[in-house]
Amino acid sequence: MSRRSDGQNAIASGAAEFPMSDPAAISLYELGESLAHGDCSSTDIVQALLDAIARKDGRIHAFLHVNAEEALSEARTADRRRAAGEPPRSPLDGLPVALKDNISARGQPCGCASRILDGYRATYDATVVARLRAAGAILLGRTNMDEFAMGSSTENSAFGPTRNPWDTDRVPGGSSGGSAAAVAAHMVPAALGSDTGGSIRQPASFCGVVGLKPTYGRVSRYGLVAFASSLDQIGPLACDTRDAARVLATIAGPDPMDGTCVDVPVPDYEAALRDVERLDGLRIGLPREYFAAGLDAEVERAVRDAADCLAALGAELVEVNLPHTPYAVATYYLIATAEASTNLARFDGVRYGHRVEGADPIEMYLRTRAAGFGPEVKRRMILGAFALSTGYYDAYYLRAQKVRTLIRHDFEAAFARCDVLLGPVAPTPAFRLGEKLADPLAMYLEDILTIPVNLAGICALAVPCGRTAAGLPIGAQIIGPAFEEGRILRIGAALEQARGPFRGAPTL
Amino acid sequence: MSPSAFEAVIGLEVHVQLRTETKLFCACPNRFGAEPNTLVCPVCLGLPGALPVANREAIRLTVMAGLLLGCEIHRISRFDRKSYFYPDMPKNFQISQYDRPLCLGGGLEIEAGGTHKRVRLTRIHLEEDVGKSLHFETTSGVDFNRAGAPLMEIVTEPDLSSPDEAMAFLLALKQILVYGGISDCNLEQGNLRCDINCSVRPAGSSALGVKTEIKNMNTFKGVHRALTYEIDRQIRVLRGGGTIRQETRRWDDDAGATDSMRSKEYAHDYRYFPEPDLLPVELTEAQIETWRADLPELPAARRARFVREYHLPDYDAGVLTADKGVADYFEAVARSCGNPKAASNWVMTDVLRVLGEQGMEIGHIRVTPEALAKLIGLVERRVINMPTAREVFAALFEHGGDPETLVRERGLGQVSDASAIDALAAQAIEAHPGPASDYRNGKAAALQFLIGQVMKLSRGKADPRLAAEALKRRLGIN
Ligand SMILES: [Zn+2]
Repeated sequence: MSRRSDGQNAIASGAAEFPMSDPAAISLYELGESLAHGDCSSTDIVQALLDAIARKDGRIHAFLHVNAEEALSEARTADRRRAAGEPPRSPLDGLPVALKDNISARGQPCGCASRILDGYRATYDATVVARLRAAGAILLGRTNMDEFAMGSSTENSAFGPTRNPWDTDRVPGGSSGGSAAAVAAHMVPAALGSDTGGSIRQPASFCGVVGLKPTYGRVSRYGLVAFASSLDQIGPLACDTRDAARVLATIAGPDPMDGTCVDVPVPDYEAALRDVERLDGLRIGLPREYFAAGLDAEVERAVRDAADCLAALGAELVEVNLPHTPYAVATYYLIATAEASTNLARFDGVRYGHRVEGADPIEMYLRTRAAGFGPEVKRRMILGAFALSTGYYDAYYLRAQKVRTLIRHDFEAAFARCDVLLGPVAPTPAFRLGEKLADPLAMYLEDILTIPVNLAGICALAVPCGRTAAGLPIGAQIIGPAFEEGRILRIGAALEQARGPFRGAPTL
Repeated sequence: MSPSAFEAVIGLEVHVQLRTETKLFCACPNRFGAEPNTLVCPVCLGLPGALPVANREAIRLTVMAGLLLGCEIHRISRFDRKSYFYPDMPKNFQISQYDRPLCLGGGLEIEAGGTHKRVRLTRIHLEEDVGKSLHFETTSGVDFNRAGAPLMEIVTEPDLSSPDEAMAFLLALKQILVYGGISDCNLEQGNLRCDINCSVRPAGSSALGVKTEIKNMNTFKGVHRALTYEIDRQIRVLRGGGTIRQETRRWDDDAGATDSMRSKEYAHDYRYFPEPDLLPVELTEAQIETWRADLPELPAARRARFVREYHLPDYDAGVLTADKGVADYFEAVARSCGNPKAASNWVMTDVLRVLGEQGMEIGHIRVTPEALAKLIGLVERRVINMPTAREVFAALFEHGGDPETLVRERGLGQVSDASAIDALAAQAIEAHPGPASDYRNGKAAALQFLIGQVMKLSRGKADPRLAAEALKRRLGIN
């Protein structure tokens, strides 16, 4: 690997060097430009990425499945289209993206990093996948994750953990750890993840990439294997805000196959990223609860520096309160597990996936599910079934829904005083593998700053804002009101432009 | 001490498959009888990642049923997940409605043993049907064609007190649902299934006894037999000093008995909670009023209208309105021919007779209402007489077609040519001088004999009225 990353603008001349240099060291935008200028072909790009995966992924394990043949064949098709003079189908035409292993793509495995889906291949495209295909994007492979998206470190994958490209003794975060690590290690320019309680933003922060959790209802969930239906949302992980905007613009919008997907027009997100030299008139709220005890000092410093940087562009900083934040984790673990306990009931060995035979259906269910699910998934299903059981429903599930409403009101009150909120994504930078595995509660608390956004159904962006002394990435979280993805992307872009993008590849 | 007389307390949970084009939460056809697992998609197979989207027509039909049965319609109702594991359940939870069903309350008037009674409804809710398990020699399979079909559950209060009343309720319910176009209620296709809740108590007591549940009855006769058996069984147990166990029982039609399936003590905790993939169903006042304006006329009202509008005897109106298809057919014939009395006679005698003989539904008859109306017109205009008309009807019933064409092609038209008939009258008088002189001598009945002879000579095609006139003229009466 020739490219060293020691901070900013490490790959500014990437496009010109292509294909001699590492092609994945450049963004979707730059690759698109290279294609447009005829500097390289889709086939060159895909082949270079396949080479990068072959070189690096043994140490990272970001991918569970690489669609080498199909990706090359799709790239050749895209090249033929271009050679025939067809106009590009979209800014993503001929460019590769990766999918988290819980997003269905026809003919591909969709195992959610679980043994219980052994042998299962999706028979249909998720709406986001159909839109990516229609846009001409190439599906490069499927990324590792915590089993059924349950976890914050990607250590709960049944197929072994993913490692953080910046320090392979550390976790990439989770549950979309494979997607974040693949983008950070320049094995793919962008990937889709899913975020139920921080599963896009926290790994983005740990790996130094941009991750966007859209508003609930902004992106169709059809084809996303459900963990917690009222919280799940698909979003992009990318090199920078512009790429994230491009991917979001491709996948967002109403879908007749998802009744919870909202019929709100998709704005021009990229347009929102222009002219970000000044942020006069913008009010940025700093939630006191997000800078509370337990926050790593280096993380706090980096996020406060980011706030000061935005203030220097003309934004006004105001302190706000989100008083119900301390209850968010408990609320989340009741609602998410209750929904998960029913969502995962379908994995029974009757129709697809793993089956362990039994004397009768009941025995088959018990054996199949005992063998197929990992311990964290079992823990959460049991917790969820308990929360819904007769006699406990009111005390747990119903009360959790009431607290959820209070948390939503917290944000409404805060947004009456400011345009966006700024805080850390996670209380610490990437931790070591195994460090929190023995203590589920410590792992759950990892998501305390991301969970409230899911409970409120609003949108948030994780954008790199610094490094620890040891060189680990630190992310800032920019939280916006519902359907204001353009606004948070704009502020992320302002930060990128003022500070220089935190791109570049870790040494591998 | 056991009381001398017992009374039964019966409640029903009736599951009705709705008549929609597509399933409740996906676009698969809602159709019976296809090859196994050919009417399926990711949604109704419960594949990972698939999401339900509610079928508006199923909601409309359920609300229509609620309006027809006098229910209160919830402006905001909700779907819930009901969790239990079963191989025919693709998701291992059923999307149903728990505490916010579409319809609440309501009731239905029934008549049994000469008395009228109002049976109160508890609620009507909408849920998805499950697949069908098939068992082979060494393996089992599941057909998911039915999985996700819209199923409406109608729950009654325990207001029924005999097998006859239960039967009367089901018949009256079926009639209304078919009338409303809500369900075909085809029992052979499993469109209508019911669970029975039954207990007995000393006559006159107001306390309820311990109830048993008999699941999955799919014939009305079976309901009647099962209830008769179960009521008798419970009374025998109590008379013998025993106690009734709360349990689910299965009706064994061959044995003519119910037997215990599983004790309710081990009943599932269904862990109901609101379905997060579906938004609450919100119905505006305007929407409900639009649907209310579309309500079909119910049998009782239609019967009264037939008496009023078509001047039919009440009994005839009752026969004609018992089946919606027959009533629609009658009205089409009556409107088309402008002679309700004749239409009623034809439908009540010829049409219903052949349908009965053939075991056929009116929907399948080849004689269109327009054809029957034309046939009635041919008789009215004396183009053909009644015996010929019956012949034409039989031909239409076999092959369909247009009666006017048929009469023309087969030369069945009556002879209305006065000179031709006069010639035949002369022939008849000549051949039968006795009756002719009898008639001249005042024996009026002899004329009928001579008319019969004219008809015979014309091979049935002579207009009898013209024949009588010709005979009278020739015999010097006029
Ligand atoms: Zn379907």
